[in-house]
Amino acid sequence: MDLMIESFPRLLNATKLTIELTLLSLFFGIFVGVFFAILRTSKNKIFYHIAYYYSYILRGTPLLVQIFIIYFGLGQVEWIRESFLWIVLKEPYSCAILAFTLNTGAYSSEIFRSAFETINKGILEAAEGLGLNKMHTFFKIKLPIAIKQSLPAYGNEMILMLKGTSLASTVTLLDLTGVAKHIISTTFRPVEVFIVAGGIYLFMTFIIHNFIKYLEKKYNYESTK
Amino acid sequence: MGLLAYGDTGWGDELFFATLMTIAVATAAIFIGFLLAAIFASFKLSKIKVLNLIGSFYTTVFRGVPELLVIYLFFFGGSGAIMFVAKIFGYNGYIEINAFITGAVSIGIISGAYSTEVFRGAIQSIHRGQFEASEVLGFKKKIYYYKIIIPQMLRLALPNISNVWQITLKDTSLISVTGLVEIMRQSYIAAGSTRDPLFFYSFAAVLYLFLTFLSMQLFNKLEKNYSKGY
Repeated sequence: MDLMIESFPRLLNATKLTIELTLLSLFFGIFVGVFFAILRTSKNKIFYHIAYYYSYILRGTPLLVQIFIIYFGLGQVEWIRESFLWIVLKEPYSCAILAFTLNTGAYSSEIFRSAFETINKGILEAAEGLGLNKMHTFFKIKLPIAIKQSLPAYGNEMILMLKGTSLASTVTLLDLTGVAKHIISTTFRPVEVFIVAGGIYLFMTFIIHNFIKYLEKKYNYESTK
Repeated sequence: MGLLAYGDTGWGDELFFATLMTIAVATAAIFIGFLLAAIFASFKLSKIKVLNLIGSFYTTVFRGVPELLVIYLFFFGGSGAIMFVAKIFGYNGYIEINAFITGAVSIGIISGAYSTEVFRGAIQSIHRGQFEASEVLGFKKKIYYYKIIIPQMLRLALPNISNVWQITLKDTSLISVTGLVEIMRQSYIAAGSTRDPLFFYSFAAVLYLFLTFLSMQLFNKLEKNYSKGY
Protein backbone atom coordinates (compact mmCIF):
# COMPACT_ATOMS: atom_id res chain seq x y z
CA MET A 1 0.00 0.00 0.00
CA ASP A 2 2.83 2.39 0.89
CA LEU A 3 4.47 1.68 -2.41
CA MET A 4 1.24 2.42 -4.25
CA ILE A 5 0.91 5.83 -2.62
CA GLU A 6 4.60 6.52 -3.04
CA SER A 7 4.75 5.60 -6.72
CA PHE A 8 1.53 7.33 -7.71
CA PRO A 9 2.97 10.86 -8.22
CA ARG A 10 5.89 9.48 -10.22
CA LEU A 11 3.57 7.45 -12.43
CA LEU A 12 1.21 10.37 -12.84
CA ASN A 13 4.12 12.51 -13.90
CA ALA A 14 5.06 9.93 -16.54
CA THR A 15 1.48 9.87 -17.75
CA LYS A 16 2.07 13.32 -19.27
CA LEU A 17 4.50 11.81 -21.75
CA THR A 18 2.07 8.98 -22.54
CA ILE A 19 -0.73 11.46 -23.24
CA GLU A 20 1.59 13.63 -25.30
CA LEU A 21 2.76 10.70 -27.41
CA THR A 22 -0.80 9.48 -27.91
CA LEU A 23 -2.25 12.84 -28.92
CA LEU A 24 0.59 13.80 -31.26
CA SER A 25 0.60 10.41 -32.98
CA LEU A 26 -3.17 10.43 -33.38
CA PHE A 27 -3.09 13.99 -34.71
CA PHE A 28 -0.45 13.29 -37.36
CA GLY A 29 -1.94 9.85 -37.95
CA ILE A 30 -5.26 11.33 -39.06
CA PHE A 31 -3.53 13.15 -41.93
CA VAL A 32 -1.62 10.03 -42.92
CA GLY A 33 -4.81 8.02 -42.69
CA VAL A 34 -6.93 10.38 -44.78
CA PHE A 35 -4.13 10.68 -47.33
CA PHE A 36 -3.83 6.94 -47.85
CA ALA A 37 -7.60 6.47 -47.72
CA ILE A 38 -7.90 8.91 -50.64
CA LEU A 39 -5.13 7.07 -52.51
CA ARG A 40 -6.97 3.79 -51.89
CA THR A 41 -10.15 5.12 -53.49
CA SER A 42 -8.26 6.58 -56.45
CA LYS A 43 -8.74 5.05 -59.88
CA ASN A 44 -5.03 5.17 -60.57
CA LYS A 45 -3.65 1.62 -60.17
CA ILE A 46 -0.24 2.77 -58.89
CA PHE A 47 -1.71 5.01 -56.16
CA TYR A 48 -4.09 2.26 -55.19
CA HIS A 49 -1.29 -0.28 -54.82
CA ILE A 50 0.94 2.07 -52.86
CA ALA A 51 -1.85 2.63 -50.34
CA TYR A 52 -2.76 -1.06 -50.30
CA TYR A 53 0.75 -2.30 -49.55
CA TYR A 54 1.40 0.50 -47.09
CA SER A 55 -1.50 -0.58 -44.93
CA TYR A 56 -0.84 -4.29 -45.53
CA ILE A 57 2.76 -4.08 -44.35
CA LEU A 58 2.16 -1.81 -41.37
CA ARG A 59 -0.81 -3.81 -40.18
CA GLY A 60 0.92 -7.14 -40.77
CA THR A 61 3.99 -6.48 -38.65
CA PRO A 62 4.28 -5.76 -34.92
CA LEU A 63 4.64 -2.15 -33.83
CA LEU A 64 7.80 -3.14 -31.96
CA VAL A 65 9.51 -4.09 -35.24
CA GLN A 66 8.49 -0.78 -36.76
CA ILE A 67 9.95 1.23 -33.89
CA PHE A 68 13.17 -0.77 -33.95
CA ILE A 69 13.59 -0.33 -37.71
CA ILE A 70 13.12 3.42 -37.40
CA TYR A 71 15.15 3.96 -34.24
CA PHE A 72 17.96 1.42 -34.54
CA GLY A 73 17.83 0.64 -38.24
CA LEU A 74 17.64 3.93 -40.08
CA GLY A 75 20.39 5.52 -38.02
CA GLN A 76 22.81 3.09 -39.57
CA VAL A 77 22.35 4.43 -43.11
CA GLU A 78 25.10 6.91 -43.98
CA TRP A 79 23.11 9.29 -46.17
CA ILE A 80 20.26 9.57 -43.69
CA ARG A 81 22.67 10.57 -40.96
CA GLU A 82 24.02 13.31 -43.19
CA SER A 83 20.63 14.60 -44.30
CA PHE A 84 18.11 16.75 -42.49
CA LEU A 85 16.17 13.58 -41.58
CA TRP A 86 18.75 12.94 -38.88
CA ILE A 87 17.26 15.75 -36.80
CA VAL A 88 14.11 13.62 -36.49
CA LEU A 89 15.77 10.21 -36.31
CA LYS A 90 18.47 10.81 -33.74
CA GLU A 91 15.99 11.39 -30.90
CA PRO A 92 14.03 8.44 -29.48
CA TYR A 93 11.11 10.79 -28.85
CA SER A 94 10.61 11.77 -32.48
CA CYS A 95 11.36 8.22 -33.65
CA ALA A 96 8.59 6.92 -31.43
CA ILE A 97 6.14 9.51 -32.72
CA LEU A 98 7.11 8.75 -36.30
CA ALA A 99 6.58 5.02 -35.79
CA PHE A 100 3.26 5.50 -33.99
CA THR A 101 2.06 7.95 -36.64
CA LEU A 102 2.85 5.60 -39.50
CA ASN A 103 1.24 2.70 -37.63
CA THR A 104 -1.97 4.43 -36.61
CA GLY A 105 -2.07 6.02 -40.09
CA ALA A 106 -2.28 2.56 -41.63
CA TYR A 107 -5.11 1.42 -39.35
CA SER A 108 -7.01 4.70 -39.71
CA SER A 109 -6.65 4.62 -43.49
CA GLU A 110 -8.61 1.36 -43.46
CA ILE A 111 -11.26 2.88 -41.18
CA PHE A 112 -11.61 6.02 -43.30
CA ARG A 113 -11.57 4.06 -46.54
CA SER A 114 -14.49 1.90 -45.54
CA ALA A 115 -16.27 5.04 -44.31
CA PHE A 116 -15.77 6.73 -47.69
CA GLU A 117 -16.93 3.63 -49.50
CA THR A 118 -20.18 3.38 -47.59
CA ILE A 119 -21.28 6.91 -48.53
CA ASN A 120 -24.52 6.65 -50.43
CA LYS A 121 -24.00 7.19 -54.18
CA GLY A 122 -27.19 9.24 -54.35
CA ILE A 123 -25.70 11.88 -52.05
CA LEU A 124 -22.70 12.30 -54.34
CA GLU A 125 -24.92 12.48 -57.41
CA ALA A 126 -27.04 15.08 -55.70
CA ALA A 127 -23.92 17.10 -54.93
CA GLU A 128 -22.86 16.89 -58.54
CA GLY A 129 -26.36 17.81 -59.66
CA LEU A 130 -26.26 20.87 -57.45
CA GLY A 131 -23.08 21.93 -59.23
CA LEU A 132 -20.65 21.59 -56.30
CA ASN A 133 -17.05 21.24 -57.41
CA LYS A 134 -14.79 18.40 -56.27
CA MET A 135 -13.22 20.30 -53.38
CA HIS A 136 -16.58 21.34 -52.03
CA THR A 137 -18.03 17.87 -52.36
CA PHE A 138 -15.05 16.43 -50.50
CA PHE A 139 -14.84 18.89 -47.61
CA LYS A 140 -18.51 19.72 -47.15
CA ILE A 141 -20.13 16.39 -47.87
CA LYS A 142 -17.83 13.38 -48.06
CA LEU A 143 -15.59 14.23 -45.11
CA PRO A 144 -18.32 15.03 -42.53
CA ILE A 145 -20.22 11.86 -43.41
CA ALA A 146 -17.04 9.79 -43.33
CA ILE A 147 -16.05 11.21 -39.93
CA LYS A 148 -19.40 10.29 -38.48
CA GLN A 149 -19.27 6.80 -40.01
CA SER A 150 -15.81 6.07 -38.70
CA LEU A 151 -16.28 7.28 -35.12
CA PRO A 152 -16.85 3.93 -33.37
CA ALA A 153 -13.96 2.20 -35.14
CA TYR A 154 -11.72 5.22 -34.68
CA GLY A 155 -12.46 5.22 -30.96
CA ASN A 156 -11.07 1.69 -30.78
CA GLU A 157 -8.02 2.80 -32.70
CA MET A 158 -7.45 5.65 -30.22
CA ILE A 159 -7.46 3.15 -27.35
CA LEU A 160 -5.10 0.84 -29.27
CA MET A 161 -2.77 3.78 -29.85
CA LEU A 162 -2.85 4.71 -26.17
CA LYS A 163 -1.77 1.16 -25.37
CA GLY A 164 0.73 1.22 -28.22
CA THR A 165 2.62 4.17 -26.75
CA SER A 166 3.79 1.82 -24.01
CA LEU A 167 6.33 0.57 -26.55
CA ALA A 168 8.08 3.92 -26.30
CA SER A 169 9.63 2.49 -23.16
CA THR A 170 11.63 0.06 -25.32
CA VAL A 171 13.53 2.95 -26.89
CA THR A 172 14.55 4.45 -23.54
CA LEU A 173 11.62 6.87 -23.16
CA LEU A 174 10.18 7.12 -19.66
CA ASP A 175 6.46 7.02 -20.34
CA LEU A 176 3.94 5.49 -17.93
CA THR A 177 5.00 1.92 -18.76
CA GLY A 178 8.67 2.88 -18.75
CA VAL A 179 8.50 4.36 -15.26
CA ALA A 180 6.32 1.49 -14.05
CA LYS A 181 8.91 -0.98 -15.26
CA HIS A 182 11.66 1.00 -13.58
CA ILE A 183 9.83 0.98 -10.24
CA ILE A 184 9.03 -2.73 -10.58
CA SER A 185 12.62 -3.66 -11.34
CA THR A 186 13.97 -1.71 -8.35
CA THR A 187 11.37 -2.75 -5.78
CA PHE A 188 10.39 -6.19 -7.15
CA ARG A 189 6.77 -5.55 -6.25
CA PRO A 190 4.99 -5.81 -9.58
CA VAL A 191 1.43 -6.20 -8.33
CA GLU A 192 1.15 -2.85 -6.57
CA VAL A 193 2.73 -0.94 -9.43
CA PHE A 194 0.60 -2.80 -11.95
CA ILE A 195 -2.56 -1.82 -10.11
CA VAL A 196 -1.63 1.87 -10.06
CA ALA A 197 -0.26 2.11 -13.61
CA GLY A 198 -3.01 -0.13 -14.97
CA GLY A 199 -5.57 2.00 -13.17
CA ILE A 200 -4.24 5.14 -14.84
CA TYR A 201 -4.40 3.46 -18.26
CA LEU A 202 -7.94 2.25 -17.61
CA PHE A 203 -8.98 5.73 -16.55
CA MET A 204 -7.66 7.12 -19.83
CA THR A 205 -9.41 4.46 -21.92
CA PHE A 206 -12.57 5.28 -19.99
CA ILE A 207 -12.24 8.96 -20.94
CA ILE A 208 -11.63 8.14 -24.62
CA HIS A 209 -14.58 5.75 -24.62
CA ASN A 210 -16.94 8.39 -23.24
CA PHE A 211 -15.53 11.12 -25.48
CA ILE A 212 -16.32 9.01 -28.54
CA LYS A 213 -19.78 8.22 -27.20
CA TYR A 214 -20.39 11.95 -26.78
CA LEU A 215 -19.22 12.67 -30.32
CA GLU A 216 -21.37 9.88 -31.71
CA LYS A 217 -24.41 11.37 -30.06
CA LYS A 218 -23.52 14.84 -31.28
CA TYR A 219 -23.10 13.78 -34.90
CA ASN A 220 -26.03 11.43 -34.95
CA TYR A 221 -28.27 13.73 -36.98
CA GLU A 222 -30.56 10.92 -38.10
CA SER A 223 -32.21 10.43 -34.72
CA THR A 224 -32.78 14.15 -34.11
CA LYS A 225 -35.27 14.48 -36.94
CA MET B 1 22.80 -12.62 -48.13
CA GLY B 2 25.76 -14.23 -46.34
CA LEU B 3 24.22 -13.00 -43.11
CA LEU B 4 21.35 -15.43 -43.55
CA ALA B 5 23.49 -18.51 -44.26
CA TYR B 6 22.32 -21.69 -42.55
CA GLY B 7 24.89 -22.93 -40.05
CA ASP B 8 27.79 -21.40 -38.16
CA THR B 9 28.54 -18.61 -40.60
CA GLY B 10 25.15 -16.94 -40.73
CA TRP B 11 21.95 -16.35 -38.84
CA GLY B 12 19.64 -18.40 -41.05
CA ASP B 13 19.26 -21.36 -38.72
CA GLU B 14 18.92 -19.20 -35.61
CA LEU B 15 16.18 -17.13 -37.24
CA PHE B 16 14.45 -20.26 -38.47
CA PHE B 17 14.24 -21.69 -34.96
CA ALA B 18 13.23 -18.28 -33.61
CA THR B 19 10.33 -18.29 -36.07
CA LEU B 20 9.27 -21.70 -34.83
CA MET B 21 9.44 -20.33 -31.29
CA THR B 22 7.18 -17.42 -32.26
CA ILE B 23 4.67 -19.85 -33.75
CA ALA B 24 4.88 -22.08 -30.66
CA VAL B 25 4.31 -19.23 -28.20
CA ALA B 26 1.47 -17.77 -30.26
CA THR B 27 -0.23 -21.17 -30.56
CA ALA B 28 0.13 -21.90 -26.84
CA ALA B 29 -1.15 -18.39 -26.04
CA ILE B 30 -4.21 -18.59 -28.25
CA PHE B 31 -5.25 -21.93 -26.75
CA ILE B 32 -4.78 -20.63 -23.22
CA GLY B 33 -6.88 -17.69 -24.41
CA PHE B 34 -9.63 -19.96 -25.76
CA LEU B 35 -9.77 -21.80 -22.46
CA LEU B 36 -10.11 -18.56 -20.52
CA ALA B 37 -12.59 -17.24 -23.08
CA ALA B 38 -14.81 -20.30 -22.69
CA ILE B 39 -14.92 -19.67 -18.96
CA PHE B 40 -15.31 -15.91 -19.01
CA ALA B 41 -17.77 -15.84 -21.91
CA SER B 42 -20.03 -18.16 -19.94
CA PHE B 43 -19.58 -15.83 -16.95
CA LYS B 44 -20.61 -12.88 -19.06
CA LEU B 45 -23.66 -14.68 -20.37
CA SER B 46 -24.67 -16.10 -17.01
CA LYS B 47 -27.68 -14.83 -15.12
CA ILE B 48 -25.67 -14.44 -11.92
CA LYS B 49 -24.70 -10.78 -11.41
CA VAL B 50 -21.40 -11.49 -9.65
CA LEU B 51 -20.19 -13.67 -12.50
CA ASN B 52 -21.18 -10.97 -15.00
CA LEU B 53 -19.08 -8.52 -13.06
CA ILE B 54 -16.06 -10.83 -12.93
CA GLY B 55 -16.32 -11.39 -16.68
CA SER B 56 -16.56 -7.68 -17.44
CA PHE B 57 -13.68 -6.93 -15.09
CA TYR B 58 -11.46 -9.42 -16.90
CA THR B 59 -12.18 -8.14 -20.40
CA THR B 60 -12.00 -4.48 -19.41
CA VAL B 61 -8.68 -4.76 -17.60
CA PHE B 62 -6.83 -6.91 -20.09
CA ARG B 63 -8.08 -5.06 -23.14
CA GLY B 64 -7.47 -1.65 -21.56
CA VAL B 65 -4.00 -2.08 -20.11
CA PRO B 66 -0.97 -2.17 -22.41
CA GLU B 67 0.34 -5.63 -23.26
CA LEU B 68 3.82 -4.70 -22.17
CA LEU B 69 2.64 -3.84 -18.67
CA VAL B 70 0.89 -7.20 -18.36
CA ILE B 71 4.06 -8.95 -19.49
CA TYR B 72 6.12 -7.08 -16.89
CA LEU B 73 3.58 -8.10 -14.24
CA PHE B 74 4.03 -11.77 -15.04
CA PHE B 75 7.73 -11.55 -15.74
CA PHE B 76 8.58 -9.93 -12.42
CA GLY B 77 5.66 -11.32 -10.44
CA GLY B 78 5.22 -14.81 -11.87
CA SER B 79 7.84 -16.70 -9.90
CA GLY B 80 6.97 -14.73 -6.78
CA ALA B 81 3.36 -15.83 -7.03
CA ILE B 82 4.31 -19.46 -7.62
CA MET B 83 6.74 -19.43 -4.70
CA PHE B 84 4.06 -17.94 -2.51
CA VAL B 85 1.71 -20.77 -3.38
CA ALA B 86 4.53 -23.31 -2.94
CA LYS B 87 5.25 -21.95 0.53
CA ILE B 88 1.71 -22.70 1.60
CA PHE B 89 2.37 -26.29 0.60
CA GLY B 90 5.61 -26.25 2.55
CA TYR B 91 8.18 -25.77 -0.21
CA ASN B 92 10.65 -22.98 0.52
CA GLY B 93 13.12 -23.24 -2.35
CA TYR B 94 13.55 -20.84 -5.23
CA ILE B 95 11.37 -21.47 -8.26
CA GLU B 96 11.97 -19.85 -11.58
CA ILE B 97 9.38 -20.07 -14.33
CA ASN B 98 10.88 -20.28 -17.77
CA ALA B 99 10.38 -17.49 -20.27
CA PHE B 100 8.20 -19.60 -22.55
CA ILE B 101 5.58 -20.19 -19.89
CA THR B 102 5.66 -16.57 -18.74
CA GLY B 103 5.20 -15.44 -22.33
CA ALA B 104 2.50 -17.92 -23.26
CA VAL B 105 0.51 -17.22 -20.10
CA SER B 106 0.72 -13.42 -20.25
CA ILE B 107 -0.08 -13.23 -23.98
CA GLY B 108 -2.70 -15.95 -23.46
CA ILE B 109 -4.50 -13.91 -20.81
CA ILE B 110 -4.57 -10.87 -23.11
CA SER B 111 -5.65 -12.97 -26.07
CA GLY B 112 -8.33 -14.54 -23.88
CA ALA B 113 -9.87 -11.16 -23.16
CA TYR B 114 -10.35 -10.58 -26.88
CA SER B 115 -11.58 -14.14 -27.46
CA THR B 116 -14.11 -13.76 -24.65
CA GLU B 117 -15.80 -10.94 -26.52
CA VAL B 118 -15.70 -12.94 -29.75
CA PHE B 119 -17.24 -16.04 -28.14
CA ARG B 120 -19.87 -14.02 -26.34
CA GLY B 121 -20.85 -12.19 -29.52
CA ALA B 122 -21.04 -15.44 -31.47
CA ILE B 123 -23.21 -17.23 -28.92
CA GLN B 124 -25.53 -14.25 -28.66
CA SER B 125 -25.99 -14.12 -32.40
CA ILE B 126 -27.30 -17.69 -32.50
CA HIS B 127 -31.03 -17.65 -32.77
CA ARG B 128 -32.94 -18.25 -29.53
CA GLY B 129 -35.06 -20.80 -31.33
CA GLN B 130 -32.03 -23.08 -31.54
CA PHE B 131 -31.76 -23.20 -27.75
CA GLU B 132 -35.49 -23.66 -27.32
CA ALA B 133 -35.69 -26.38 -29.94
CA SER B 134 -32.80 -28.29 -28.36
CA GLU B 135 -34.51 -28.11 -24.99
CA VAL B 136 -37.83 -29.23 -26.40
CA LEU B 137 -36.11 -32.16 -28.08
CA GLY B 138 -34.95 -33.19 -24.65
CA PHE B 139 -31.21 -32.68 -25.06
CA LYS B 140 -29.19 -32.15 -21.91
CA LYS B 141 -27.55 -28.73 -21.71
CA LYS B 142 -24.03 -30.16 -22.00
CA ILE B 143 -24.89 -32.14 -25.08
CA TYR B 144 -26.76 -29.51 -27.01
CA TYR B 145 -24.00 -26.98 -26.35
CA TYR B 146 -21.37 -29.33 -27.76
CA LYS B 147 -23.43 -30.73 -30.62
CA ILE B 148 -25.61 -27.82 -31.66
CA ILE B 149 -24.60 -24.42 -30.32
CA ILE B 150 -20.79 -24.54 -30.44
CA PRO B 151 -20.51 -25.89 -34.02
CA GLN B 152 -22.74 -23.05 -35.24
CA MET B 153 -20.92 -20.58 -33.06
CA LEU B 154 -17.55 -21.53 -34.50
CA ARG B 155 -18.63 -20.64 -38.00
CA LEU B 156 -19.78 -17.21 -36.89
CA ALA B 157 -16.73 -16.62 -34.73
CA LEU B 158 -14.14 -17.70 -37.26
CA PRO B 159 -13.48 -14.33 -38.96
CA ASN B 160 -13.03 -12.71 -35.54
CA ILE B 161 -10.90 -15.57 -34.27
CA SER B 162 -8.69 -14.91 -37.26
CA ASN B 163 -8.33 -11.30 -36.08
CA VAL B 164 -7.51 -12.38 -32.54
CA TRP B 165 -4.88 -14.76 -33.91
CA GLN B 166 -3.24 -11.92 -35.85
CA ILE B 167 -3.20 -9.73 -32.73
CA THR B 168 -1.78 -12.58 -30.65
CA LEU B 169 0.88 -13.36 -33.22
CA LYS B 170 2.03 -9.76 -33.26
CA ASP B 171 1.87 -9.47 -29.47
CA THR B 172 4.39 -12.29 -29.10
CA SER B 173 7.05 -9.85 -30.30
CA LEU B 174 6.71 -8.13 -26.92
CA ILE B 175 7.85 -11.25 -25.07
CA SER B 176 11.32 -10.49 -26.40
CA VAL B 177 11.72 -8.16 -23.41
CA THR B 178 11.78 -11.20 -21.13
CA GLY B 179 14.64 -12.76 -23.07
CA LEU B 180 12.72 -15.54 -24.79
CA VAL B 181 14.49 -16.12 -28.11
CA GLU B 182 11.71 -15.59 -30.64
CA ILE B 183 11.96 -13.60 -33.88
CA MET B 184 12.38 -10.20 -32.26
CA ARG B 185 14.91 -11.31 -29.66
CA GLN B 186 16.94 -13.24 -32.21
CA SER B 187 17.00 -10.23 -34.53
CA TYR B 188 18.13 -8.08 -31.62
CA ILE B 189 20.98 -10.47 -30.90
CA ALA B 190 21.95 -10.69 -34.57
CA ALA B 191 21.71 -6.93 -35.02
CA GLY B 192 23.92 -6.39 -32.00
CA SER B 193 26.66 -8.75 -33.06
CA THR B 194 26.75 -7.77 -36.74
CA ARG B 195 25.99 -4.07 -36.27
CA ASP B 196 23.41 -4.31 -38.98
CA PRO B 197 20.09 -3.58 -37.27
CA LEU B 198 18.39 -2.28 -40.41
CA PHE B 199 18.85 -5.58 -42.22
CA PHE B 200 17.83 -7.82 -39.33
CA TYR B 201 14.82 -5.84 -38.18
CA SER B 202 13.59 -5.54 -41.74
CA PHE B 203 14.04 -9.27 -42.10
CA ALA B 204 12.06 -9.75 -38.89
CA ALA B 205 9.31 -7.63 -40.45
CA VAL B 206 9.35 -9.92 -43.50
CA LEU B 207 9.09 -13.00 -41.29
CA TYR B 208 6.06 -11.55 -39.47
CA LEU B 209 4.45 -10.57 -42.78
CA PHE B 210 5.03 -14.10 -44.02
CA LEU B 211 3.39 -15.54 -40.90
CA THR B 212 0.40 -13.23 -41.08
CA PHE B 213 0.01 -13.93 -44.79
CA LEU B 214 0.18 -17.67 -44.22
CA SER B 215 -2.36 -17.61 -41.41
CA MET B 216 -4.72 -15.49 -43.52
CA GLN B 217 -4.67 -18.16 -46.22
CA LEU B 218 -5.28 -20.86 -43.64
CA PHE B 219 -8.21 -19.06 -42.06
CA ASN B 220 -9.76 -18.32 -45.45
CA LYS B 221 -9.67 -22.04 -46.15
CA LEU B 222 -11.20 -22.85 -42.79
CA GLU B 223 -13.93 -20.29 -43.29
CA LYS B 224 -14.81 -21.82 -46.63
CA ASN B 225 -14.85 -25.25 -45.06
CA TYR B 226 -17.09 -24.21 -42.19
CA SER B 227 -19.60 -22.37 -44.35
CA LYS B 228 -20.11 -25.29 -46.73
CA GLY B 229 -23.76 -25.67 -45.86
CA TYR B 230 -24.58 -22.00 -46.30
